[in-house]
Amino acid sequence: MTTTAERAPAPPGRLLRFWRRNGAGYLFVLPSMVFFVLFMFLPLGWSFVISFQQFGLAQSAWVGLDNYTSLLNDPVFRQAALNTALYSVLTVAVWVLVAMVLATLIHPLPPRFRTFFRAAYYLPAVTSAVFIALVWRWILNANPWGLANWVLSLFGAGPAGFISDPSPFLGANVALWSVILSSMLTIPAVGVVLYSAALSGIPRDLYEAAESEGAGAFAKFRHITVPLLKPITLYVAVIYTIAAFEVFERVYVMTGGGPGYATNTIVYLIWRTGFRFGEYGLASAEAFLLFLVIATISVLQFRALRSDVEY
Amino acid sequence: MSPDPRGETHVAAPTSSGASVRSPREVDVAVPADVLPPVGGVGDESGRPLRRRQALAILAILVPVAIVALFPFYWMVTTALTPSSAAIRVPPSLVPLDASAENLAELFRQAPVLLWAFNSLLIAVAIMVCHVVFDSMAGYAFAKKRFPGRGLMFLLIVSSLMIPVQVTLVPRFILISRLGLDDNLLGVILPSIADVFGIFLMRQFIRTLPAELEEAARVDGANEWQVFWRVIMPLSRPAVATVAIFSFVGAWNAFLWPLIVLSKRELLTLPVGVALLQQEFSSNIGLQMAGAAVGAVPMILLFLFFQRHFLDGVRVGGVKG
Repeated sequence: MTTTAERAPAPPGRLLRFWRRNGAGYLFVLPSMVFFVLFMFLPLGWSFVISFQQFGLAQSAWVGLDNYTSLLNDPVFRQAALNTALYSVLTVAVWVLVAMVLATLIHPLPPRFRTFFRAAYYLPAVTSAVFIALVWRWILNANPWGLANWVLSLFGAGPAGFISDPSPFLGANVALWSVILSSMLTIPAVGVVLYSAALSGIPRDLYEAAESEGAGAFAKFRHITVPLLKPITLYVAVIYTIAAFEVFERVYVMTGGGPGYATNTIVYLIWRTGFRFGEYGLASAEAFLLFLVIATISVLQFRALRSDVEY
Repeated sequence: MSPDPRGETHVAAPTSSGASVRSPREVDVAVPADVLPPVGGVGDESGRPLRRRQALAILAILVPVAIVALFPFYWMVTTALTPSSAAIRVPPSLVPLDASAENLAELFRQAPVLLWAFNSLLIAVAIMVCHVVFDSMAGYAFAKKRFPGRGLMFLLIVSSLMIPVQVTLVPRFILISRLGLDDNLLGVILPSIADVFGIFLMRQFIRTLPAELEEAARVDGANEWQVFWRVIMPLSRPAVATVAIFSFVGAWNAFLWPLIVLSKRELLTLPVGVALLQQEFSSNIGLQMAGAAVGAVPMILLFLFFQRHFLDGVRVGGVKG
């Protein structure tokens, strides 16, 4: 049937045949393509352009690299970047570890228990971060009736200021550590699910062979589970790193970036610069720096995955 | 074979026939699987049955962790049920004393909560329907149609995963404002009418459907749209259910974009409205927790109620493997 189509002589006829053969395909992807161009790729490029402008609704002035240089010299931006980095490194490390351990522990249980724990651990993932953060704000409030302060008092300590205390602590400040702590105590639901799926793919005879050589539970975990899960670990680490770099709700609800700038993060800063102060150019520059970091991480991930074909 | 690097991949999910260790290539499409909680018993190989002592040792770790995971919800509901005067007691009570619906009543008096819930529902349903229709259309085309540029377009869509949504906020907002849609529910809906996850999942599923079904429908005189809508869509029900439920939950929980677009009090969604309450009534913790509970409980119920569809979602991934 295609041979007749290829022999089509006149151009209009050929166009018509091309359309008959392929038109449906184009029409089916059209809405999605329009969407991705209009709301993803166009804004990406536009954002890049705006980041070199002093943007005004009536007219914009080109300012070259001014937005970027003022950002890099701005202590507020630098603190936000450092806060974001610390928050990301620590929460991601804990999340990945917790997810792997939990999935490994759930795996050998009878099906009914497995279903229960996976559901229980998944529950926070179906709830808006706003609501979870509101509860954490309440738990970590500075008053003696705050739950966290009550726990401290059981050990004869406190009361602590937690999210409202900007005083220096372990290289950062108490408020930031409190936000980080609240994140760490949130179960990495997606990671547990991904690891669970990956674990069911590990052949059982590997473990049996190890057992016949007298390997204990920890040795099996260390020498079989962890290495075989390496690809999924990379993947989980990357999605969590990206999620952590984009932390917003938690900061918005728990601290509003404060006290002062103690818990500012990049995305919170983008929102504030752009939509509180209307400085679109500066906000775009901030966003673009974030994009560069995230894109770099993604590229490194693909590299790592490609060079990791061992099995 | 599609030219893109992700062409021959599977939706990562446990398969019923003991699958081999997943290759790195499969891993990078585990995106869909992260929203498909595996269901106990589906294709899991747990090895030898546990001895009682081992099982108890494992439970001794998992149960406390589950308590930590669920505690914020418990504390949310407990505080919501505790009258404000009793909530600031030292030491705090871990069970709701003098439980009452006082905070809930106050919440409905102070804020247009039902309106917020309605706005959230409207936005979530609209986005869900758009995702189901547009993602499926694109997924179908990428799975079954051959047309020049197909591979490139698919690569483009997948690569948009690398664009953090924050980078697009300012231009999106300018765009939406120029369309006159700021402070309008449509302005929230429009920038989320399709998504990568849905397109990916639908493509993976539709690929597995035998071509004969479409051929048969065409022989019977069905046009392209009828083939898609009357043949492909009904057969893809499990994948559609997965896309629908995750789109709905995601849209209901969305915060940053609605926060930017919406400002009139009666147009807010539940997450934005409840976050606003926290600023307006910063000392009334009972009210805040009541608001959080009203926003969170519907999704929790949905999750518990639709576990069967989550299960179907896993089977969707399992078909190919």
